[in-house]
Amino acid sequence: MLKILKYSFYDLMRSRWSYVYFLFYLLLGFVLLFLNNDVNKAVITLMNIIIVLTPLIGTIFGVMYYYNSKEFTELLLAQPINRKKIFMGQYLGISISLTLSLVLGLGIPFVLYGLFKSAAIFNFGLLLVVGSFLNFIFVALSYNIALSTENKIKGFGYAILMWLFLAVIYDGVFLISLVMFDEYPLDKFSLIATMFNPIDLSRILILLKLDISALLGYTGAVFRKFFGTNLGMVLSMSILILWVIIPVTRINFKLKNKDF
Amino acid sequence: MKKVTFFFLLFSITLLQAKKIEVCKSCEISTIKKALELAENGDEIFIKKGVYKENDIEVNKAVTISGEEGSIIDGSFKSGVLHITSDNFVLKNIKIINVGVSYTKDFAAVKVVKCKNFTIQNIVLDQIFFGILIEKSHYGKIIGNKLSSTAKDEANSGNGIHIWHSSNMIVDSNEVFGMRDGIYFEFVTESKVHNNNSHNNVRYGLHFMFSNNDTYYKNIFKNNGAGVAVMFSKFITMYQNKFLDNWGSASYGLLLKEIYDTQIYDNLFQENTIGIKGEGCTRINYKNNTFLRNGWAIKIAGACYTNIFEKNDFMHNSLDLAYNTKVNDNKFENNHWSEYTGYDLDKDGVGDIPYRPVKLFSYVVNKTPEALVLLRSLFVDIINFSEKVSPVFTPDDLMDKKPIMNRINDRF
Repeated sequence: MLKILKYSFYDLMRSRWSYVYFLFYLLLGFVLLFLNNDVNKAVITLMNIIIVLTPLIGTIFGVMYYYNSKEFTELLLAQPINRKKIFMGQYLGISISLTLSLVLGLGIPFVLYGLFKSAAIFNFGLLLVVGSFLNFIFVALSYNIALSTENKIKGFGYAILMWLFLAVIYDGVFLISLVMFDEYPLDKFSLIATMFNPIDLSRILILLKLDISALLGYTGAVFRKFFGTNLGMVLSMSILILWVIIPVTRINFKLKNKDF
Repeated sequence: MKKVTFFFLLFSITLLQAKKIEVCKSCEISTIKKALELAENGDEIFIKKGVYKENDIEVNKAVTISGEEGSIIDGSFKSGVLHITSDNFVLKNIKIINVGVSYTKDFAAVKVVKCKNFTIQNIVLDQIFFGILIEKSHYGKIIGNKLSSTAKDEANSGNGIHIWHSSNMIVDSNEVFGMRDGIYFEFVTESKVHNNNSHNNVRYGLHFMFSNNDTYYKNIFKNNGAGVAVMFSKFITMYQNKFLDNWGSASYGLLLKEIYDTQIYDNLFQENTIGIKGEGCTRINYKNNTFLRNGWAIKIAGACYTNIFEKNDFMHNSLDLAYNTKVNDNKFENNHWSEYTGYDLDKDGVGDIPYRPVKLFSYVVNKTPEALVLLRSLFVDIINFSEKVSPVFTPDDLMDKKPIMNRINDRF
C-alpha cells in the first residue's frame, strides 16, 4: 500500500497540479496578509475561501484522478495485489498531497508574518485541521461517486452536484426550514442539521472560535455549550473523522463487489 | 478707639479662621465621630494613618474631611460608612472599605443627601455595596476617585457612582470596576460625565434614565456585562467615548431606548456584540463614529424616526445594520462601509453607486435568530448578492447614496 501511496503521490507531484495548488495558496496567503496585515482578520477571510474551495478542489481532484488513472489501476489489478491496498494507496496519495499543498501553502506566509507571536495561532491551526479534514472527506466522497459511475461525464456531473449540494443547496434548505418552522424550538434541530454536513460543521467550528459566538443569543448558548467545551470539540472532531471513515468504508465495500 | 477696633478685628478673624482637627489612633480624638462632634462649619478634619472601624458616621456640618496616606475607614461589612447631609463639604484622600450588603437598605460608602456645592475627590473605595450614593443634591463634583468591588451577580451588588434626583453634577476621571452598574444616573440633569473609566462591571458600565441635558465625553466603557444603557432621556450629548469589548449574548456597546434630540459623535465602538441598539429613538445625529469589528454595528428596532447617520466608519462588522421594519425614516449619508464593493470613477472619494447596509441575511436573522448559524456560508452570500441587485425584503429606500471610499475618522 505504501508503494502505491508513494507512486500516486509522486504522480501528482509530477503532474504539477499540486504545485499549482500549492502556489495558489501561497499567493493567497501572502496577498491576504499584505492587504490586511492583521493575522486575525486574515483568518476569517481565509475561512470563507477554505470552506468553499477545499471541498471543490478535493472533489475535482478525486474524480479526475480516478478516471485518469483508470487504465493503470486496471493494470495493477491484474497483479497479485490486494484491491483494497491499491485504492487506499491512491486515496491517501491524493488526500495527503492536497493537504500538504494547503498546509504548506498557507503555513509559510503566515509563519513569515509572525503567526507564532500572534494570538491567532490556535484559530489558524484549527483552520488548517478543518481544511485537511475537508480534503480527506471530499476526496473520499468523490472516489465513491467515481467508483459507482462508469461514465466519466456523469461521474463528473454527480461529483460537482454533490459539492454544490453540500456547499450551497443544503444551507438553502436549512435556512428555508428554519424560517418555515420558526415557531418551534430550533436549537436542537440546527445543531443536528450542522452535523450532517461537513462543510457546515467546519464553518461553525471555526466561527464559534471567531465572531459568531456572542451573536447567537439563546441558540448561541446551546451551540457554545456544545462546541465550546472540550467535549464538544472532541465530539465534532470525531464526527469529522466519521465523515472520513464512512465514505472510505463504502469505497472498500464497493470494491469487493465491483467488476472491473 | 482704634486699638479697640483692631482687637475686635483680630478676635473676629481668629473666630472665623477654621480650625484643623486631627484624628489619630493615639490622639485625644481617636474617632471620626468624635471629631465631627467637636467640629464646626468650615473646619478641617484630618485623619492620620490607621484603620478606623466606624459605621454610620453622620456628617451634618460643612467640614473638609481628608486623610493622609494609609488612613482607612473600615465598615466591617456592617452597614454604610459616611452619611452626609450638609452643604459645602469636601471629602478627599481617604480610603473606605468593607461596606455591608443589604437587600432592603442602600448601604453606601459615601451617602450624600440633599447637599449643595460639595466635592468628593481622590477617595478610594473597595469592597463596597454602593459606592458614592447621591440623592437630591446639586452642584457636586466627584473627581478622580477609584471605586471597586467584587460583585458576582446583580441581585446582591450595588452601583458605583449612583446619583438620583440631582442636577449640575460633575463626574470626572473616576475609575469604577467590579460593581453592578459603574455609573448610574436617574433624574439627573445638566450634568457632565467625562474621562471616566468604567470596566468589568456586572451589568452596565453607564446606566442612565430620565436624565436630560447631560453631556458624556472621553469616557471608556470596557468589558461590562451589558455595556451601556441609556433610556428615557432628552438632549444628551455623547462624544469621544470608547465602548469596547462588551461581548456576550445580551451585550450592547450602547443601548438607546426612548431617547430624543441627542448628539452622538466621535465615539468608538469596538468588538461589541451590538454596537448601538436603538429602540424608539428619534432625532438623533450619529456623526463621525467608528464601528470596528462588532457583531452588529447598529440594530434598529421599531419606532426610530429622523435619525441621521453621517460620516461614520463601519469597519469589518459581521453585520452592518439590522432593521426590522420596511418603513424607513432614517438617513444614511456619507458613511464609509468596509463592505462596499462599488467604484469611484470620477475619483472624488465618493462611491458612484449607493450602498445598501441592510442585507437580506440580517433581515432573516431578525425574524429567525437561529438562522445565524448560517453566517458566512456560501448560500448566504449568494442570497445577499441577489437581494443587493434587486431588493425585495429589505427597505429599498434604505441606502447610503454617497458612500465614502476611504476611512473618515482614522484617529483609532
